[in-house]
Amino acid sequence: MQRYILSKKNSITLISAILIALAFFGRFSIDNWALIIASILGVAPIGIQAYQALKVKVVSIDVLVTIAVIGAVLIQNYEESAIVTFLFLFGSYLEQRTLNKTRSAIKELTELAPESALKQMENGEYEEVDVDDVEEGDILLVKTGAKVPVDGTVLIGEGHINEASITGESVPVRKKVDSEVFAGTILENGTIQIRSDRVGEDTTFGRIIELVEEAQDSKSEAERFIDRFSKFYTPAVLVLGIIVWLFSKDIELAITILVLGCPGALVIGVPVSNVAGIGNGARNGVLLKGSEVINDFSRVDTIVFDKTGTLTIGNPEVAEKEFYGNNPEDVLGYLASVERESDHPLAKAVLQNIGETTLSTVEETEVIKGGGIVAKIGVHRIAVGNVALMEKENVKLSEKAKKDIVRFEKNGNSLVLAAVDGELKVLMGIRDQIRPGVKKDLQKLKLLGVKNLIVLSGDNQGTVDLVARELELTEAHGHMLPEEKSAYIEQIQAKGQTIAFVGDGVNDSPSLALANIGIAMGSGTDVAIETSDVVLMNSDFSRLPHALGLTKSTSRNMKQNITIAVGVVLVLLASLLFSEWMNMSIGMLVHEASILMVILNGMRLLRYRLRE
Amino acid sequence: MQKAVIQLETLSCPSCMQKIENAVKGLNGVNQDSLKVLFNASKVKVDFDSETITINDIKKAIEDLGYPVVKSKVKSA
Repeated sequence: MQRYILSKKNSITLISAILIALAFFGRFSIDNWALIIASILGVAPIGIQAYQALKVKVVSIDVLVTIAVIGAVLIQNYEESAIVTFLFLFGSYLEQRTLNKTRSAIKELTELAPESALKQMENGEYEEVDVDDVEEGDILLVKTGAKVPVDGTVLIGEGHINEASITGESVPVRKKVDSEVFAGTILENGTIQIRSDRVGEDTTFGRIIELVEEAQDSKSEAERFIDRFSKFYTPAVLVLGIIVWLFSKDIELAITILVLGCPGALVIGVPVSNVAGIGNGARNGVLLKGSEVINDFSRVDTIVFDKTGTLTIGNPEVAEKEFYGNNPEDVLGYLASVERESDHPLAKAVLQNIGETTLSTVEETEVIKGGGIVAKIGVHRIAVGNVALMEKENVKLSEKAKKDIVRFEKNGNSLVLAAVDGELKVLMGIRDQIRPGVKKDLQKLKLLGVKNLIVLSGDNQGTVDLVARELELTEAHGHMLPEEKSAYIEQIQAKGQTIAFVGDGVNDSPSLALANIGIAMGSGTDVAIETSDVVLMNSDFSRLPHALGLTKSTSRNMKQNITIAVGVVLVLLASLLFSEWMNMSIGMLVHEASILMVILNGMRLLRYRLRE
Repeated sequence: MQKAVIQLETLSCPSCMQKIENAVKGLNGVNQDSLKVLFNASKVKVDFDSETITINDIKKAIEDLGYPVVKSKVKSA
């Protein structure tokens, strides 16, 4: 019976609206009866909820409203009782509708979760099962258009997978035997058989969802305060109503206080902003871990960047080269043959630049620490390395070569020189490219009010200075080990700056943890998700300004909502004392309107975009 | 100890969290500190001792308040 009434709440709301309309416009003699029926019908679901709340010792808003309505009926003010119940029911209907909107962004995300899988049974046939019934090690079949149900490895077949749900990157990725596939991604073509490696909440997608879900309901200090406050606030309103009644013997006034005192907008205001802000982030490739993070990030005045892989692509390339003497083809062949022996990152860049060439057999390879490689190819002695190695090998550098070296270094290159039989043949300048668009993004951060942009790097000071000059950063520090970076962050924190650290999340975890806000450029798959406060999906630097702007807006939105909620209660109580026109119905109307106002205000965040 | 994740129909009223919290906390065999009522996600997460109480008892306590349970999952904690 109770459940039946509760499930018919919307119909009841509609019926009481019709009855009230009849009573007002109909001018029949049934006026009062229509209002009485509307009151009784309307108070039924509210009363049930109030009763259930009292059973678990909670004085909820339902309790206040129920008492107020019963009071109104007792003093035969049927108009008030009918309208108040109607407004309350209609208000909660609208609340539910609009709240669903604010939560829609995150809901879209969770709905991407796979629900079923084609699992290989003991007889070798595939059968559709619930994704919860898939275990690690199971063999699954994924057909074109289907979602990959778990994290796994391709055993048979190939195809293209859209990994947007994990990485934010919507260009399909080619997968073949032994490729890793991720739950929640979509197979756009082909058919693959996979082995399940991780299931449910252990999958990358599961972890992202869990993180976002926890984030949208995480509470800041202010919210916990509001929660504690409202626990006592509602009973206090009830007590106040009783006291007023005892002293004034004015039931009308007492029940009006009960209605005016309802704390709805206050409790709901901050969570609404929070869920809409985090939802906007999730949609735009920014994972924000909760409202505390939003508040801290919005106050950041200093952003510290790791250089390699953050401001730069992290993949050094040959940017400039010069040849000396004849037969550059032969020299490149020798160079490639020797560099193949090395796993140094510069060697990789050199090989990539040379591409296909004729390789020769290399003998007597000797690695000179901090210098390079010396080896023999046939009768020739080949030296590949830095300037120091050339000096050690007594290689003469011409005036032109010396000038080239200075120029290359000034341009921020690391140098690789190659000499054949003591003669310099090739000079290559290798540098890490700055990510495209980073400069513009950094300017946006400045416009958003960030005062200091600092780069820390393990590279030499010259290279770091060059990046800093190019990107117009405020400070640049090179030659830094990971522990020196975190020491530096501690040092500027002591000066009272609020710091965000942006890094790749792997070797910078101490700094990520230490900074007020740790921002990981994660492809969504690494430890980054665990250690940081904010994750930029798909390592997309351009989401950083959006993230900062969003947290600023969200934080402002929360404050607006608190102001609206507190303001409305104050104004209502004041007008009760000082004005004639205030009554229960108007009170309920204003109160419900304030709830809708904070929800609609929060909803604005879903559409937030950084202004260009 | 077992870990329950209970998905409810959309929670929209501000005081429902408090009601659900008190109702579930009052049950014998649930770990009070582990209880989390997620308002926006409309979920209840709680650890419980499967020898004292079943998942159905917890579900019933919530449904008796008027919040229908959509689905529930139990894992070993």
